[in-house]
Amino acid sequence: MSFVVAENIFQSYGDRPILERVNLEVDEGEFISIVGASGCGKSTFLRLLLAQETPTHGTIRVDGNPPATEPGLERGVVFQRYSVFPHLTIRENIVAGEAFKRPWGRLFGAEAKAAQIRADATLARCGLDHVADQYPATLSGGMQQRLAIGQALTAKPRVLLLDEPFGALDPGTRLAMHDFLMELRAETGMTVFMVTHDLEEGFKLGDRVLVFDKPRWDPTHPEAFGATITYDFDARNGGIPFQTIKEDTHVLRPQ
Amino acid sequence: MRLINQKPGPALAFFLAALPFVLLLIAYAIGSYYRLLENPNDKLLPAPSKVFETAQRLFTEGDRRTGRILLWHDTAASLRRLGIGVALCAFFGTVFGLLIGLLPYVRTTLAGFVAVISMIPPLALLPILFIMFGLGELSKVVLIVVGILPFMIRDLSGRVMEIPREQIVKAETLGASTWVIMLRVGLPQLMPRLIQAVRLSLGPAWLFLIAAEAIASDQGLGYRIFLVRRYLAMDVILTYVIWITLLAFIIDWLLKTLSRKAFPWAEANL
Repeated sequence: MSFVVAENIFQSYGDRPILERVNLEVDEGEFISIVGASGCGKSTFLRLLLAQETPTHGTIRVDGNPPATEPGLERGVVFQRYSVFPHLTIRENIVAGEAFKRPWGRLFGAEAKAAQIRADATLARCGLDHVADQYPATLSGGMQQRLAIGQALTAKPRVLLLDEPFGALDPGTRLAMHDFLMELRAETGMTVFMVTHDLEEGFKLGDRVLVFDKPRWDPTHPEAFGATITYDFDARNGGIPFQTIKEDTHVLRPQ
Repeated sequence: MRLINQKPGPALAFFLAALPFVLLLIAYAIGSYYRLLENPNDKLLPAPSKVFETAQRLFTEGDRRTGRILLWHDTAASLRRLGIGVALCAFFGTVFGLLIGLLPYVRTTLAGFVAVISMIPPLALLPILFIMFGLGELSKVVLIVVGILPFMIRDLSGRVMEIPREQIVKAETLGASTWVIMLRVGLPQLMPRLIQAVRLSLGPAWLFLIAAEAIASDQGLGYRIFLVRRYLAMDVILTYVIWITLLAFIIDWLLKTLSRKAFPWAEANL
Protein backbone atom coordinates (compact mmCIF):
# COMPACT_ATOMS: atom_id res chain seq x y z
CA MET A 1 0.00 0.00 0.00
CA SER A 2 1.17 3.52 -0.72
CA PHE A 3 2.69 5.63 2.01
CA VAL A 4 0.55 8.75 1.68
CA VAL A 5 -2.98 8.20 0.37
CA ALA A 6 -5.45 10.99 -0.32
CA GLU A 7 -8.90 9.67 -1.12
CA ASN A 8 -11.58 11.70 -2.82
CA ILE A 9 -10.67 15.01 -1.16
CA PHE A 10 -13.17 17.87 -1.37
CA GLN A 11 -12.50 21.15 0.38
CA SER A 12 -14.74 24.19 0.31
CA TYR A 13 -14.78 27.43 2.31
CA GLY A 14 -18.44 28.26 2.84
CA ASP A 15 -20.11 27.55 -0.50
CA ARG A 16 -16.90 28.22 -2.43
CA PRO A 17 -15.30 24.97 -3.57
CA ILE A 18 -11.48 25.00 -3.61
CA LEU A 19 -10.60 21.38 -4.25
CA GLU A 20 -12.73 18.62 -5.71
CA ARG A 21 -12.13 14.91 -6.26
CA VAL A 22 -8.44 14.90 -5.44
CA ASN A 23 -7.02 11.38 -5.36
CA LEU A 24 -3.37 10.76 -4.81
CA GLU A 25 -1.08 7.91 -3.85
CA VAL A 26 2.53 8.56 -3.00
CA ASP A 27 5.22 6.01 -2.17
CA GLU A 28 7.62 6.44 0.69
CA GLY A 29 10.67 8.48 -0.29
CA GLU A 30 9.08 10.18 -3.28
CA PHE A 31 9.60 13.91 -3.87
CA ILE A 32 6.36 15.47 -5.06
CA SER A 33 6.36 18.94 -6.58
CA ILE A 34 3.01 20.70 -6.67
CA VAL A 35 2.56 23.48 -9.22
CA GLY A 36 -0.38 25.45 -10.51
CA ALA A 37 -1.73 28.95 -10.95
CA SER A 38 -2.43 31.17 -7.95
CA GLY A 39 -5.67 30.34 -6.20
CA CYS A 40 -5.77 26.78 -7.49
CA GLY A 41 -5.69 25.16 -4.11
CA LYS A 42 -2.02 24.11 -3.99
CA SER A 43 -1.48 25.64 -0.60
CA THR A 44 -4.88 24.43 0.56
CA PHE A 45 -3.86 20.90 -0.37
CA LEU A 46 -0.63 21.33 1.56
CA ARG A 47 -2.56 22.54 4.60
CA LEU A 48 -4.75 19.45 4.30
CA LEU A 49 -1.66 17.24 4.15
CA LEU A 50 -0.38 19.09 7.20
CA ALA A 51 -3.74 18.48 8.95
CA GLN A 52 -3.91 22.22 9.70
CA GLU A 53 -7.33 21.99 8.02
CA THR A 54 -9.72 19.08 7.78
CA PRO A 55 -11.18 18.31 4.33
CA THR A 56 -14.93 18.67 3.83
CA HIS A 57 -14.98 15.15 2.39
CA GLY A 58 -12.37 12.48 2.04
CA THR A 59 -9.40 11.32 4.06
CA ILE A 60 -5.64 11.66 3.99
CA ARG A 61 -3.69 8.85 5.58
CA VAL A 62 0.03 8.62 6.20
CA ASP A 63 1.35 5.06 6.48
CA GLY A 64 -2.18 3.73 6.96
CA ASN A 65 -2.71 5.68 10.20
CA PRO A 66 -6.13 7.20 10.92
CA PRO A 67 -6.50 10.71 9.39
CA ALA A 68 -4.84 13.34 11.58
CA THR A 69 -6.98 16.11 13.08
CA GLU A 70 -4.15 18.51 13.92
CA PRO A 71 -0.50 18.99 12.95
CA GLY A 72 1.86 16.68 14.78
CA LEU A 73 5.26 15.05 14.82
CA GLU A 74 4.47 12.90 11.78
CA ARG A 75 4.60 15.93 9.50
CA GLY A 76 7.35 18.51 9.29
CA VAL A 77 6.81 21.85 7.60
CA VAL A 78 8.74 24.80 6.21
CA PHE A 79 6.78 27.86 5.17
CA GLN A 80 7.91 30.68 2.94
CA ARG A 81 8.27 32.92 6.01
CA TYR A 82 7.92 32.81 9.81
CA SER A 83 9.12 29.22 10.06
CA VAL A 84 11.72 29.83 12.75
CA PHE A 85 11.24 31.24 16.22
CA PRO A 86 12.58 34.80 16.38
CA HIS A 87 13.10 34.75 20.16
CA LEU A 88 15.40 31.71 20.14
CA THR A 89 19.02 31.72 19.01
CA ILE A 90 19.95 29.67 15.96
CA ARG A 91 21.14 26.79 18.15
CA GLU A 92 18.07 26.96 20.38
CA ASN A 93 15.89 26.82 17.28
CA ILE A 94 17.47 23.50 16.33
CA VAL A 95 17.30 22.17 19.89
CA ALA A 96 13.61 23.12 19.92
CA GLY A 97 13.10 20.38 17.33
CA GLU A 98 13.90 17.86 20.06
CA ALA A 99 12.80 19.77 23.14
CA PHE A 100 9.29 20.96 22.25
CA LYS A 101 7.82 17.47 22.52
CA ARG A 102 8.79 17.31 26.20
CA PRO A 103 6.31 18.25 28.96
CA TRP A 104 8.07 21.57 29.69
CA GLY A 105 9.34 22.12 26.18
CA ARG A 106 12.89 21.93 27.51
CA LEU A 107 15.64 19.39 27.95
CA PHE A 108 17.58 19.24 31.19
CA GLY A 109 21.05 18.21 32.29
CA ALA A 110 22.97 15.69 30.23
CA GLU A 111 20.15 15.41 27.70
CA ALA A 112 20.33 19.12 27.04
CA LYS A 113 24.09 18.92 26.53
CA ALA A 114 23.76 16.00 24.13
CA ALA A 115 21.03 17.82 22.19
CA GLN A 116 23.27 20.88 21.91
CA ILE A 117 26.09 18.83 20.50
CA ARG A 118 23.70 17.24 17.98
CA ALA A 119 22.35 20.70 17.18
CA ASP A 120 25.86 21.96 16.48
CA ALA A 121 26.39 19.04 14.10
CA THR A 122 23.13 19.90 12.31
CA LEU A 123 24.17 23.54 12.10
CA ALA A 124 27.52 22.58 10.64
CA ARG A 125 25.60 20.48 8.10
CA CYS A 126 23.45 23.54 7.23
CA GLY A 127 26.49 25.85 7.12
CA LEU A 128 25.20 27.87 10.05
CA ASP A 129 27.69 26.92 12.78
CA HIS A 130 29.38 30.32 12.71
CA VAL A 131 26.17 32.10 13.74
CA ALA A 132 24.90 29.58 16.31
CA ASP A 133 24.48 32.17 19.06
CA GLN A 134 22.79 34.85 16.99
CA TYR A 135 19.09 35.42 16.53
CA PRO A 136 17.30 34.56 13.25
CA ALA A 137 16.60 38.23 12.48
CA THR A 138 20.31 38.67 11.72
CA LEU A 139 20.28 35.91 9.08
CA SER A 140 19.72 36.31 5.36
CA GLY A 141 16.63 34.78 3.78
CA GLY A 142 18.50 31.71 2.50
CA MET A 143 20.12 31.07 5.87
CA GLN A 144 16.75 31.37 7.61
CA GLN A 145 15.27 28.76 5.27
CA ARG A 146 18.24 26.45 5.81
CA LEU A 147 17.67 26.83 9.53
CA ALA A 148 13.94 26.13 9.10
CA ILE A 149 14.67 22.96 7.14
CA GLY A 150 17.27 21.83 9.68
CA GLN A 151 14.83 22.50 12.50
CA ALA A 152 12.04 20.57 10.79
CA LEU A 153 14.33 17.59 10.16
CA THR A 154 15.54 17.53 13.78
CA ALA A 155 12.06 16.39 14.82
CA LYS A 156 12.41 13.47 12.36
CA PRO A 157 9.06 13.75 10.56
CA ARG A 158 7.72 11.02 8.28
CA VAL A 159 6.66 13.54 5.65
CA LEU A 160 8.24 16.94 4.97
CA LEU A 161 5.95 19.65 3.60
CA LEU A 162 7.43 22.72 1.94
CA ASP A 163 5.20 25.70 1.09
CA GLU A 164 7.09 27.76 -1.49
CA PRO A 165 10.21 27.47 0.65
CA PHE A 166 12.46 29.30 -1.81
CA GLY A 167 9.87 31.77 -3.10
CA ALA A 168 11.44 34.78 -1.40
CA LEU A 169 15.08 33.99 -2.28
CA ASP A 170 17.28 35.41 -5.01
CA PRO A 171 18.16 33.06 -7.91
CA GLY A 172 21.71 32.28 -6.77
CA THR A 173 20.67 31.43 -3.22
CA ARG A 174 17.84 29.39 -4.65
CA LEU A 175 20.23 27.17 -6.61
CA ALA A 176 22.37 26.65 -3.52
CA MET A 177 19.24 25.73 -1.58
CA HIS A 178 18.30 23.16 -4.25
CA ASP A 179 21.65 21.42 -3.79
CA PHE A 180 21.27 21.58 -0.01
CA LEU A 181 17.78 20.08 -0.16
CA MET A 182 18.75 17.32 -2.59
CA GLU A 183 21.71 16.31 -0.42
CA LEU A 184 19.55 16.19 2.70
CA ARG A 185 16.95 14.19 0.86
CA ALA A 186 19.51 11.69 -0.39
CA GLU A 187 20.69 11.27 3.21
CA THR A 188 17.29 10.88 4.84
CA GLY A 189 15.22 9.34 2.03
CA MET A 190 12.24 11.26 3.27
CA THR A 191 8.91 11.78 1.55
CA VAL A 192 8.66 15.42 0.51
CA PHE A 193 5.81 17.54 -0.81
CA MET A 194 6.83 20.94 -2.17
CA VAL A 195 4.50 23.65 -3.41
CA THR A 196 6.25 25.97 -5.85
CA HIS A 197 5.50 28.64 -8.41
CA ASP A 198 8.62 27.80 -10.34
CA LEU A 199 8.03 25.04 -12.93
CA GLU A 200 11.74 24.57 -13.52
CA GLU A 201 12.34 24.11 -9.82
CA GLY A 202 9.45 21.67 -9.61
CA PHE A 203 10.81 19.46 -12.39
CA LYS A 204 14.40 19.74 -11.21
CA LEU A 205 13.73 18.62 -7.65
CA GLY A 206 10.64 16.45 -7.95
CA ASP A 207 10.19 12.77 -8.81
CA ARG A 208 6.63 13.64 -9.74
CA VAL A 209 5.13 16.98 -10.64
CA LEU A 210 1.46 17.42 -9.84
CA VAL A 211 -0.42 20.20 -11.61
CA PHE A 212 -3.45 21.65 -9.88
CA ASP A 213 -6.02 23.26 -12.17
CA LYS A 214 -9.74 23.65 -12.60
CA PRO A 215 -11.02 21.03 -15.05
CA ARG A 216 -14.37 22.77 -15.33
CA TRP A 217 -14.67 26.50 -15.85
CA ASP A 218 -17.76 28.67 -15.84
CA PRO A 219 -16.87 32.02 -17.46
CA THR A 220 -19.76 33.81 -15.77
CA HIS A 221 -19.02 32.29 -12.39
CA PRO A 222 -15.30 31.60 -12.03
CA GLU A 223 -15.64 30.38 -8.48
CA ALA A 224 -18.26 27.76 -9.21
CA PHE A 225 -15.87 24.82 -9.45
CA GLY A 226 -12.84 23.70 -7.50
CA ALA A 227 -9.45 22.54 -8.68
CA THR A 228 -8.01 19.06 -8.83
CA ILE A 229 -4.87 17.29 -10.02
CA THR A 230 -5.00 17.61 -13.80
CA TYR A 231 -1.53 16.28 -14.63
CA ASP A 232 0.79 13.93 -12.83
CA PHE A 233 4.17 14.02 -14.57
CA ASP A 234 6.98 11.58 -14.05
CA ALA A 235 9.88 13.96 -13.57
CA ARG A 236 12.62 11.40 -12.92
CA ASN A 237 15.40 10.98 -15.47
CA GLY A 238 15.15 14.56 -16.60
CA GLY A 239 11.43 14.26 -17.23
CA ILE A 240 11.78 11.50 -19.85
CA PRO A 241 9.32 8.76 -18.87
CA PHE A 242 9.70 4.97 -19.08
CA GLN A 243 13.46 5.06 -18.45
CA THR A 244 13.33 2.78 -15.45
CA ILE A 245 13.04 -0.91 -16.18
CA LYS A 246 10.64 -2.45 -13.69
CA GLU A 247 10.28 -5.95 -15.12
CA ASP A 248 12.81 -8.63 -14.42
CA THR A 249 14.17 -9.22 -17.93
CA HIS A 250 17.22 -10.96 -19.25
CA VAL A 251 18.24 -7.90 -21.21
CA LEU A 252 21.46 -6.25 -20.18
CA ARG A 253 20.58 -3.50 -17.72
CA PRO A 254 22.07 -0.04 -18.10
CA GLN A 255 24.49 0.42 -15.19
CA MET B 1 15.07 69.90 -1.23
CA ARG B 2 11.80 68.72 0.23
CA LEU B 3 11.15 69.37 3.93
CA ILE B 4 10.65 65.64 4.53
CA ASN B 5 14.24 65.01 3.44
CA GLN B 6 15.87 67.70 5.54
CA LYS B 7 17.45 66.54 8.79
CA PRO B 8 19.15 68.62 11.49
CA GLY B 9 22.81 67.92 12.37
CA PRO B 10 23.73 66.69 15.87
CA ALA B 11 24.34 70.13 17.38
CA LEU B 12 21.18 71.62 15.90
CA ALA B 13 19.23 68.51 16.92
CA PHE B 14 20.28 68.99 20.53
CA PHE B 15 19.37 72.66 20.40
CA LEU B 16 15.97 71.93 18.83
CA ALA B 17 15.21 69.21 21.37
CA ALA B 18 16.06 71.57 24.24
CA LEU B 19 14.21 74.53 22.71
CA PRO B 20 10.63 73.76 23.91
CA PHE B 21 11.85 73.21 27.47
CA VAL B 22 13.80 76.47 27.46
CA LEU B 23 10.87 78.37 25.95
CA LEU B 24 8.50 77.00 28.58
CA LEU B 25 10.90 78.01 31.33
CA ILE B 26 11.32 81.49 29.85
CA ALA B 27 7.58 81.94 29.44
CA TYR B 28 7.04 80.91 33.03
CA ALA B 29 9.82 83.17 34.28
CA ILE B 30 8.41 86.17 32.38
CA GLY B 31 4.87 85.53 33.62
CA SER B 32 6.09 85.08 37.15
CA TYR B 33 8.28 88.20 36.99
CA TYR B 34 5.44 90.50 35.92
CA ARG B 35 2.95 89.06 38.39
CA LEU B 36 5.45 89.47 41.23
CA LEU B 37 6.24 93.00 40.03
CA GLU B 38 2.61 93.91 40.48
CA ASN B 39 2.13 92.05 43.76
CA PRO B 40 5.21 90.67 45.57
CA ASN B 41 2.95 88.37 47.63
CA ASP B 42 1.42 86.72 44.56
CA LYS B 43 1.26 82.98 45.09
CA LEU B 44 0.08 81.83 41.69
CA LEU B 45 3.37 81.93 39.79
CA PRO B 46 6.23 81.82 42.32
CA ALA B 47 9.64 82.82 41.02
CA PRO B 48 11.77 79.91 39.73
CA SER B 49 14.31 80.66 42.45
CA LYS B 50 11.59 80.28 45.07
CA VAL B 51 10.48 76.96 43.63
CA PHE B 52 14.11 75.83 43.71
CA GLU B 53 14.47 76.86 47.35
CA THR B 54 11.25 75.09 48.27
CA ALA B 55 12.39 71.99 46.43
CA GLN B 56 15.65 72.01 48.36
CA ARG B 57 13.74 72.35 51.62
CA LEU B 58 11.27 69.60 50.72
CA PHE B 59 13.95 67.12 49.73
CA THR B 60 16.23 67.68 52.72
CA GLU B 61 14.38 69.10 55.75
CA GLY B 62 12.20 67.01 57.99
CA ASP B 63 8.69 67.81 59.10
CA ARG B 64 8.72 70.19 62.08
CA ARG B 65 6.49 67.94 64.17
CA THR B 66 7.75 64.43 63.33
CA GLY B 67 11.17 65.13 61.80
CA ARG B 68 10.36 62.87 58.86
CA ILE B 69 11.14 64.15 55.38
CA LEU B 70 7.63 64.04 53.99
CA LEU B 71 8.54 64.07 50.31
CA TRP B 72 10.46 60.82 50.54
CA HIS B 73 7.71 59.18 52.57
CA ASP B 74 5.13 60.38 50.05
CA THR B 75 7.26 59.04 47.22
CA ALA B 76 7.69 55.67 48.88
CA ALA B 77 3.98 55.33 49.60
CA SER B 78 2.96 56.31 46.07
CA LEU B 79 5.55 54.15 44.34
CA ARG B 80 4.52 51.17 46.46
CA ARG B 81 0.87 51.54 45.44
CA LEU B 82 1.84 52.11 41.83
CA GLY B 83 4.26 49.18 41.83
CA ILE B 84 1.83 46.70 43.36
CA GLY B 85 -0.99 47.81 41.06
CA VAL B 86 1.06 47.70 37.88
CA ALA B 87 2.74 44.41 38.84
CA LEU B 88 -0.66 42.78 39.42
CA CYS B 89 -1.84 44.10 36.06
CA ALA B 90 1.29 42.84 34.32
CA PHE B 91 0.85 39.38 35.81
CA PHE B 92 -2.86 38.96 35.12
CA GLY B 93 -2.54 40.75 31.79
CA THR B 94 0.07 38.19 30.70
CA VAL B 95 -1.92 35.20 31.90
CA PHE B 96 -5.21 36.30 30.38
CA GLY B 97 -3.53 37.68 27.29
CA LEU B 98 -1.97 34.28 26.59
CA LEU B 99 -5.16 32.36 27.34
CA ILE B 100 -7.38 34.64 25.24
CA GLY B 101 -4.86 34.89 22.44
CA LEU B 102 -4.20 31.17 22.09
CA LEU B 103 -7.32 29.31 23.23
CA PRO B 104 -10.46 29.82 21.14
CA TYR B 105 -12.69 28.65 24.01
CA VAL B 106 -11.34 31.25 26.42
CA ARG B 107 -11.40 33.87 23.66
CA THR B 108 -15.07 33.24 22.91
CA THR B 109 -15.90 33.39 26.59
CA LEU B 110 -13.87 36.39 27.72
CA ALA B 111 -12.96 38.65 24.80
CA GLY B 112 -16.36 40.37 24.65
CA PHE B 113 -16.59 40.62 28.41
CA VAL B 114 -13.18 42.27 28.70
CA ALA B 115 -14.03 44.66 25.87
CA VAL B 116 -17.18 45.80 27.70
CA ILE B 117 -15.45 46.03 31.10
CA SER B 118 -12.69 48.15 29.61
CA MET B 119 -15.32 50.74 28.62
CA ILE B 120 -16.33 51.41 32.25
CA PRO B 121 -14.77 54.70 33.36
CA PRO B 122 -12.65 53.55 36.35
CA LEU B 123 -12.99 56.80 38.29
CA ALA B 124 -16.76 56.32 38.30
CA LEU B 125 -16.13 53.12 40.23
CA LEU B 126 -13.98 54.86 42.83
CA PRO B 127 -16.81 55.40 45.33
CA ILE B 128 -17.75 51.74 45.04
CA LEU B 129 -14.15 50.75 45.63
CA PHE B 130 -13.93 52.98 48.70
CA ILE B 131 -17.12 51.45 50.06
CA MET B 132 -16.05 47.89 49.29
CA PHE B 133 -12.35 47.99 50.10
CA GLY B 134 -12.23 50.80 52.64
CA LEU B 135 -10.05 53.88 52.49
CA GLY B 136 -6.78 52.00 52.96
CA GLU B 137 -4.13 50.87 50.52
CA LEU B 138 -6.30 48.19 48.95
CA SER B 139 -8.81 50.49 47.28
CA LYS B 140 -6.03 52.53 45.63
CA VAL B 141 -4.32 49.45 44.27
CA VAL B 142 -7.65 48.09 43.09
CA LEU B 143 -8.41 51.35 41.28
CA ILE B 144 -5.15 51.09 39.35
CA VAL B 145 -5.88 47.44 38.53
CA VAL B 146 -9.46 48.16 37.45
CA GLY B 147 -8.21 51.12 35.44
CA ILE B 148 -5.50 49.48 33.38
CA LEU B 149 -5.98 45.71 33.52
CA PRO B 150 -8.79 45.46 30.92
CA PHE B 151 -6.82 47.51 28.39
CA MET B 152 -3.70 45.52 29.10
CA ILE B 153 -5.54 42.24 28.56
CA ARG B 154 -6.96 43.51 25.27
CA ASP B 155 -3.58 44.78 24.13
CA LEU B 156 -1.65 41.66 25.12
CA SER B 157 -4.19 39.17 23.77
CA GLY B 158 -4.09 41.10 20.51
CA ARG B 159 -0.31 40.82 20.50
CA VAL B 160 -0.51 37.07 21.06
CA MET B 161 -2.91 36.75 18.14
CA GLU B 162 -0.41 38.67 16.00
CA ILE B 163 2.10 35.82 16.36
CA PRO B 164 2.13 34.35 12.84
CA ARG B 165 0.03 31.21 12.54
CA GLU B 166 2.99 29.58 10.78
CA GLN B 167 4.99 29.68 14.00
CA ILE B 168 2.25 28.00 16.00
CA VAL B 169 1.83 25.31 13.33
CA LYS B 170 5.58 24.81 13.23
CA ALA B 171 5.64 24.30 17.00
CA GLU B 172 2.81 21.77 16.63
CA THR B 173 4.77 19.82 14.04
CA LEU B 174 7.68 19.73 16.49
CA GLY B 175 5.34 17.95 18.90
CA ALA B 176 4.64 20.87 21.26
CA SER B 177 1.55 20.64 23.47
CA THR B 178 -0.73 23.63 24.12
CA TRP B 179 1.14 24.20 27.36
CA VAL B 180 4.54 24.15 25.66
CA ILE B 181 3.32 26.49 22.92
CA MET B 182 2.18 28.93 25.62
CA LEU B 183 5.36 28.58 27.62
CA ARG B 184 7.97 28.55 24.88
CA VAL B 185 6.38 30.33 21.91
CA GLY B 186 3.70 32.66 23.30
CA LEU B 187 5.17 33.83 26.60
CA PRO B 188 8.70 34.75 25.49
CA GLN B 189 7.40 36.65 22.49
CA LEU B 190 4.89 38.45 24.70
CA MET B 191 7.52 39.71 27.15
CA PRO B 192 8.81 42.72 25.17
CA ARG B 193 5.22 43.60 24.32
CA LEU B 194 4.38 43.40 28.00
CA ILE B 195 7.07 45.92 28.86
CA GLN B 196 5.73 48.16 26.12
CA ALA B 197 2.20 47.78 27.49
CA VAL B 198 3.41 48.61 30.98
CA ARG B 199 5.16 51.72 29.66
CA LEU B 200 1.99 52.86 27.95
CA SER B 201 -0.23 52.16 30.93
CA LEU B 202 1.99 53.95 33.45
CA GLY B 203 0.41 57.26 32.40
CA PRO B 204 -3.14 56.17 33.29
CA ALA B 205 -1.77 54.38 36.37
CA TRP B 206 -0.35 57.66 37.72
CA LEU B 207 -3.64 59.36 36.94
CA PHE B 208 -5.66 56.82 38.91
CA LEU B 209 -3.14 56.79 41.74
CA ILE B 210 -3.18 60.56 42.19
CA ALA B 211 -6.96 60.68 41.91
CA ALA B 212 -7.37 58.03 44.59
CA GLU B 213 -4.79 59.69 46.84
CA ALA B 214 -6.38 63.08 46.39
CA ILE B 215 -9.72 61.83 47.63
CA ALA B 216 -8.77 59.65 50.58
CA SER B 217 -5.27 59.15 51.92
CA ASP B 218 -2.91 60.31 54.60
CA GLN B 219 0.29 60.21 52.60
CA GLY B 220 1.38 60.01 49.01
CA LEU B 221 2.35 62.43 46.29
CA GLY B 222 -1.23 63.05 45.13
CA TYR B 223 -2.41 63.51 48.71
CA ARG B 224 0.26 66.15 49.37
CA ILE B 225 -0.51 68.10 46.22
CA PHE B 226 -4.18 68.31 47.04
CA LEU B 227 -3.42 69.10 50.69
CA VAL B 228 -1.24 72.12 50.00
CA ARG B 229 -3.67 73.30 47.32
CA ARG B 230 -5.70 74.73 50.23
CA TYR B 231 -2.85 77.13 51.02
CA LEU B 232 -2.23 77.97 47.36
CA ALA B 233 1.33 76.67 47.89
CA MET B 234 2.19 76.67 44.22
CA ASP B 235 5.91 76.26 44.95
CA VAL B 236 5.23 72.94 46.70
CA ILE B 237 2.79 71.80 44.05
CA LEU B 238 5.23 72.62 41.26
CA THR B 239 8.04 70.78 43.05
CA TYR B 240 5.83 67.70 43.40
CA VAL B 241 4.65 67.88 39.79
CA ILE B 242 8.23 68.13 38.51
CA TRP B 243 9.27 65.30 40.82
CA ILE B 244 6.42 63.07 39.60
CA THR B 245 7.30 63.85 35.99
CA LEU B 246 10.91 62.99 36.67
CA LEU B 247 9.95 59.72 38.38
CA ALA B 248 7.67 58.75 35.48
CA PHE B 249 10.41 59.58 32.99
CA ILE B 250 13.03 57.54 34.87
CA ILE B 251 10.70 54.53 35.18
CA ASP B 252 9.92 54.70 31.48
CA TRP B 253 13.60 54.93 30.62
CA LEU B 254 14.44 52.00 32.89
CA LEU B 255 11.75 49.84 31.27
CA LYS B 256 12.96 50.79 27.80
CA THR B 257 16.53 49.89 28.71
CA LEU B 258 15.43 46.63 30.33
CA SER B 259 13.50 45.69 27.21
CA ARG B 260 16.49 46.39 24.98
CA LYS B 261 18.91 44.46 27.19
CA ALA B 262 16.69 41.50 27.96
CA PHE B 263 15.15 40.96 24.52
CA PRO B 264 17.80 41.74 21.91
CA TRP B 265 15.91 39.66 19.33
CA ALA B 266 12.94 42.05 19.49
CA GLU B 267 15.04 45.15 18.81
CA ALA B 268 13.92 45.52 15.21
CA ASN B 269 10.24 45.38 16.10
CA LEU B 270 10.10 47.89 18.93
